[in-house]
Amino acid sequence: KFSQISRSYDIVCLLGRSYRCKCRPPARDQFQEELVIRPLHSGDIYASFQFRTLWDTDFLQERQKKVSHYRLFPKSLGQVLSKFSVRELHISFTQGFWRTMQWGQPFIPSPPGAELWVWFHHTVSDVDGNWKELTNVLSGIFCASLNFIDMTNTVQPSASFKPLGLGNATDHRFLRYATLPREIVCTENLTPWKKLLPCGSKAGLAVLMKSEKLFHSSFHSQAVHIRPICQDEQCTSKAWELRQTLNVVFDHYTSGQGKKEWSLFKMFSRTLTEACPLASSSKVYVDITDNPELFELSPATHLLSRAVVLGDRRTYSVYDLTRAETFGQLRSFNLLLRWKGDNMLRPLLHAERYVAGFGLQTGEIHTVIYNNHPYRAFPVLLMDSVPWYLQLYVHTLTVTSKSRDNKPSYIHYQPAKDRHRPHLLEMLIQLPPHSMTEVTVQFERALLKWTEYTPDPNHGFYVGSSVVSALVPSMVAMSTNFTQDQPLFSSFVPVKEESSYFVRVYTEPLLVNLPTPDFSMPYNVICLTCTVVAVGYGSFYNLLTRTFQVDEPSPPLAKRLANFIRRIRGVPLLA
Amino acid sequence: MCLQVLAACYKALSDHHRGRYAALAIAAVVIVVGIPLWWKTTETYRAWLPFSEISELDSLQLQLSVDIEVVFSRGTLTPEQQKKFPLSHVNQKEHQFLSLSCLLLPPTEADLSLHMLSESSCGSVVVYVIPESAALLPEDVKVYVGQRRTALLRSPPFKSSWSLKEVLSNLDMEVEQVVSTMSFSHQDIVAALSDRVRMAKVTKESMADSMRAIKSSPGYEITFSLLNPDPRSHSLHWDIEGAVQSCIQPLLNKLAPIANFSVDSQILYYAVLGVNPRFDNSVSAYTLSADSLSHVINPVEARLGSNAASSNPVLNFLLYVPDSHHSPLFIRDHSKREVPSNAFHSPRWGGIMVYNVNEMYGPEAERPVDININMAKVMGVFLAQLRLMLGVQHTHPPTGFVLQSPGSAGLADWELDRLLWSRSVENIATASTTITSLAQLLDQIGNIVINDNIAQQVSSAVTSLQSAVAELEAGNLAFALQYSREAILASERAFFDPSLLHLLYFPDDQKFAIYIPLFLPMCVPIVLSLLKIVSEAKKKRADKQAKSD
Repeated sequence: KFSQISRSYDIVCLLGRSYRCKCRPPARDQFQEELVIRPLHSGDIYASFQFRTLWDTDFLQERQKKVSHYRLFPKSLGQVLSKFSVRELHISFTQGFWRTMQWGQPFIPSPPGAELWVWFHHTVSDVDGNWKELTNVLSGIFCASLNFIDMTNTVQPSASFKPLGLGNATDHRFLRYATLPREIVCTENLTPWKKLLPCGSKAGLAVLMKSEKLFHSSFHSQAVHIRPICQDEQCTSKAWELRQTLNVVFDHYTSGQGKKEWSLFKMFSRTLTEACPLASSSKVYVDITDNPELFELSPATHLLSRAVVLGDRRTYSVYDLTRAETFGQLRSFNLLLRWKGDNMLRPLLHAERYVAGFGLQTGEIHTVIYNNHPYRAFPVLLMDSVPWYLQLYVHTLTVTSKSRDNKPSYIHYQPAKDRHRPHLLEMLIQLPPHSMTEVTVQFERALLKWTEYTPDPNHGFYVGSSVVSALVPSMVAMSTNFTQDQPLFSSFVPVKEESSYFVRVYTEPLLVNLPTPDFSMPYNVICLTCTVVAVGYGSFYNLLTRTFQVDEPSPPLAKRLANFIRRIRGVPLLA
Repeated sequence: MCLQVLAACYKALSDHHRGRYAALAIAAVVIVVGIPLWWKTTETYRAWLPFSEISELDSLQLQLSVDIEVVFSRGTLTPEQQKKFPLSHVNQKEHQFLSLSCLLLPPTEADLSLHMLSESSCGSVVVYVIPESAALLPEDVKVYVGQRRTALLRSPPFKSSWSLKEVLSNLDMEVEQVVSTMSFSHQDIVAALSDRVRMAKVTKESMADSMRAIKSSPGYEITFSLLNPDPRSHSLHWDIEGAVQSCIQPLLNKLAPIANFSVDSQILYYAVLGVNPRFDNSVSAYTLSADSLSHVINPVEARLGSNAASSNPVLNFLLYVPDSHHSPLFIRDHSKREVPSNAFHSPRWGGIMVYNVNEMYGPEAERPVDININMAKVMGVFLAQLRLMLGVQHTHPPTGFVLQSPGSAGLADWELDRLLWSRSVENIATASTTITSLAQLLDQIGNIVINDNIAQQVSSAVTSLQSAVAELEAGNLAFALQYSREAILASERAFFDPSLLHLLYFPDDQKFAIYIPLFLPMCVPIVLSLLKIVSEAKKKRADKQAKSD
C-alpha cells in the first residue's frame, strides 16, 4: 500500500442547507452498560455484563430509505438486519455448562455451544434462503462456525420461542432455531464481540474483559440479542435494542486456597478507571441480599437498589461509574468482598438429561424435570431437537411424574427426514408440586454414509440441549410496570403478570456414539467384489471355451513305480 | 469303423471351433459392450464449451469508434464550399439557430442551448466550428469544451478557393485533439488494459491514474467513517446524511450507468492512527510526514469492519479528528510543505482527512466539547478523492483549450464518456481473461465436472463479449458498457461456481489401481486365447501354403 497526498480541489458542493445548524436534534441513540456481580452459594462468583444500545430507527423500512448512517449501533449488524429483514436475532456462544442446581438461575440462559434463533419479518418470501445466507454472514462477523447450520439442524419450534420484543408474531414459519453443541468458544469469538461496543475495550466496563481471565473460568457465555422494543409505556414509538451480554462464573473457591475472597482485580486482573464516555448510564451492581451475615464489601456504598429478579427479592449495592466519587482518591475502582458463612438455595425449576441403553443399535433419551416448588403445580414447555441419525420411536414416548403417567396436554411432533430435517418434539407438561417428571423416548441409531462422518467419529455425535421454558410461580410479586431506570439484568424478558416469571432452562447436550465403520472399507469392498467377479468370470470363461476330451486314465503310482523298476531290471512290464 | 472315426474327428473339430468362437464372442462382448459401459459410468459430466470462440477472445482486436459531428456555423464556409456539401452533412435548421442566438450569448449558455439543439447520444462528440472572427470566445482561446458533449472550435483561416476536402483535412488536426480530450486517447485505453496486458508504452501519469482507480466492478460500497479517538474531550456531530445528499449523491446519480453505489457512514470511537505524529516546534503543531502515511491505515482498517451485506469493493473515506493532546495535526508532503487540504489518499482503498478542532474551543471549555463539523469543507476533499478512486481522469488539455467546470453534478457528460470508454475496455479485458483462464483450466484438468449452468454462463459471457466488442466498433458506447458488464457478471459467476470443486480429486492412476483386481483376471484369458487363435490361424495358413506347394 502506498499513499499519496491529495491535491486539493476547488470543487463546490451546492449545499442545500447550512451545516452550522444551531439546533441539534436530541440523540436518537443511547448506550448503557452494567455489571452485576453475584456471589453464588457454591462459592463461585457470577459476573454478568450487559451492554445495551437503543436506537429509534427502523431497519425494515422500504428500500428507498435504507438506514445507512450509524453512530453507536454497529454498522455490520445494522446492515445484516436490513439486508435479511430480520425482526429479532438472538445468538449466544457458551463454553461450559450452567449448573442450575448449584448456581441458581442465570439472568440470561444459554445452552453449551452456539445457539441462534431468528424471527424474520413477515414480508420475507424465501425464509430458508435468507437463513442460509444470514448464518454465513454471522459466522464471518463472529468468527464462528455458524456456517455449519443447515437444514439438517434447523427447526421451527411452534411454541417454545416466542418473540421477546415488540409485536406478537405467531406464525412460526418465520422462525428458525439452530444449535451447534459442538462449537468451541474462545478468544477469536470474543474479539469481534467486543468490537461491536461503541467504546470497544478501551473504556468503561469492557476494559475488564481480558480474555485469558474470562476463559479461565467454569462458565463463559457471550450473547447478542437484537429486537424491536417500545420506547415508552404507551408504545408510541419503536426502537431497536441491541443487547450484548457476557456471563462468566469464576471458580475462586478452589483456586483461592479455600478463602472466599475476591476482588475485581483478582477476577479480571484489571480495575475500573472510568465509565465509557458515550454511555448514558454505567453501573456496577453487587448482590448483597445475604449481607451482612455472609460477607462484607469494600468500598461500602450507601446506594442500594431493590429488585425482584427471577421470583426473588434481591438487594443490590450500586456503584455509579459516571460519578467521580466512585473512583475515590486513587482514581481506580476495585471492589473487594469477603465471605463469612454459607447456605444453599434450591432453584424452583431444574432439568437434566442423559442417554441410556447399551450397544450401538438402540438407546433411550431420558429428560428429567424437577419442580421444587413446595405446593404449586405449573406447566412447562419442553422442546427437543434431535438430529435425523437418531431415529426416534415416538410410540415409546412416556411421561411419568410421581410414578404415574402424565399425559402432555399439547404435543407438536415433526418427524425427521433423512439428511434433510431433524426431529422436533415440543410438548406442554404439567409438573405436579415438589416432583420429578421423567420423559423418555427410545431411538435407533442410523448408519451414516461414509462421507457423513465427522473427522473424529469415535468421539461421538452431539445432540443439542433440550429447552424447558416455563412461567414459574413467583414467591413474591413481580413488578410489571415499565420503567426506564430498571436495572438491565432484570428487564430482558418482559414480565406480563405479577404472579409468575419466565424462565428458560437448558439441559446438558448429549454425546451419542454411532456405529462407526472402518474407513478403509470402500477399497476393501471394491477389491473383494472385483475378485469374486473375476473368479466367477474365469470359471465361466473356461467352461465356454475349453473342449473336454476323455483321456486314458494313467496307471496308478504303484504300478508305474513297479514298471520303472521292472524296466531297469529288464523284466517284462505289467499291463 | 471308419464312420465312427469320422464322427469323432468332426466332433473334435467342431468342439475346437466352438471354443474358438466362444472366445471370440466374449472378446467382442467385452470390447463392444463392457468397455463403453465402464467408460460411460465412470466418466465425469462435461458440458460442451465454445472453446474455439474462447480461443479467439485470447487475441482480441478492439476497434473503438466515435461518432463525431462537425457543424459549421454561418460564416465559416464560403457559399461556394457550402454548395459542395453533401446534404446529409449539414442540418440547415441548426445552422441558422446557431448563427442567430448563440453568438450573442456567453459560452456557458451557448453550450446549454447547443445541447438542447441536438441531443447527442452517449459517447458521441459534436464539434461546432465557428468563424475565426467570432466574439463568442476570448481572443486566445482556440477550443471551448462544454459541460455536455459539445465543443466550440474556432476555425483556422480557410482560403475561399479551397475545396471542401481541403477544408476538412485542414480541420482534422484540431478535431482529433478535441476528441482525444473529450472521449479517449490511446494512452487512456492502454492504461485501462495495463493490468491485463503487458505493454511498455504507458506514460507514468496515466499509469498512476489507472493504478489509483479502483478496479471495475458491478457495485461499490462507499463508507464514510468519523474517527474520534478522544470521546471524553470531543463530542462530534456531523450531518453526513445531508452532506451525502447534496455533495456525493449527484455524482453517484451521474455515474449510475457504470455501477451501483451504496453509501454508508459510521462513527468510530477510540480509533487511533497507527503512527505517532511528531511535534514540530517551529510551527507548534504535530506533523505527519509523507513517508509515515503508509503506516497509518493498517491499524485503523481493523476497526472499520468489512461490509457484511455485500461483496462489492469498499471505498473508505475517513475523517480523523485528532485528540486534544495531539492537535493541531498537519500532513506534510515530500517537500516538507503542509498539504493545504490536510488529506491524503491510498490508491484503490480510499482517503483520510485530518480535521483539527483545537481552535474551536478554549482551554477552559467544559468537556466533552460539542463540535459541529463543517461538512462542506470535508466533502469537497472527499469528492475530489472519490473522483480519483472512480477513475475520472483529470485531463490535460492542449494549450488554447478551455474546459467548462463540471457544475453541480461534479462531472461533465464528456468526462463520464471518457470513463465509460475506459471502463468498457477494461471490462472486456477482464471478462475475456476470466473466460480464457477458466477454459484453460477446464481443458487442463479433465476431472472437473462442467455442469450445464456453467456452460450456459460461459456461452452467455462469450456472446455478451462479442456483442460488446461489436457495439464498441459501431460506436454505441452505452450498449457496449452494458454488454461488457453482463459479460463480467456471467464470467465471474462461471469462474467462482462452487460446483467446479465438487468432485473429489481422483487421479487416473488411482482409478485404474482400484479396477486392477477386476481387469487383470478378465483380460488375461481373453488376450491369451486371442493370441492362440491368431497363432493357429497363421499355422493353418502356413500348412495350406505348404500343401498347395
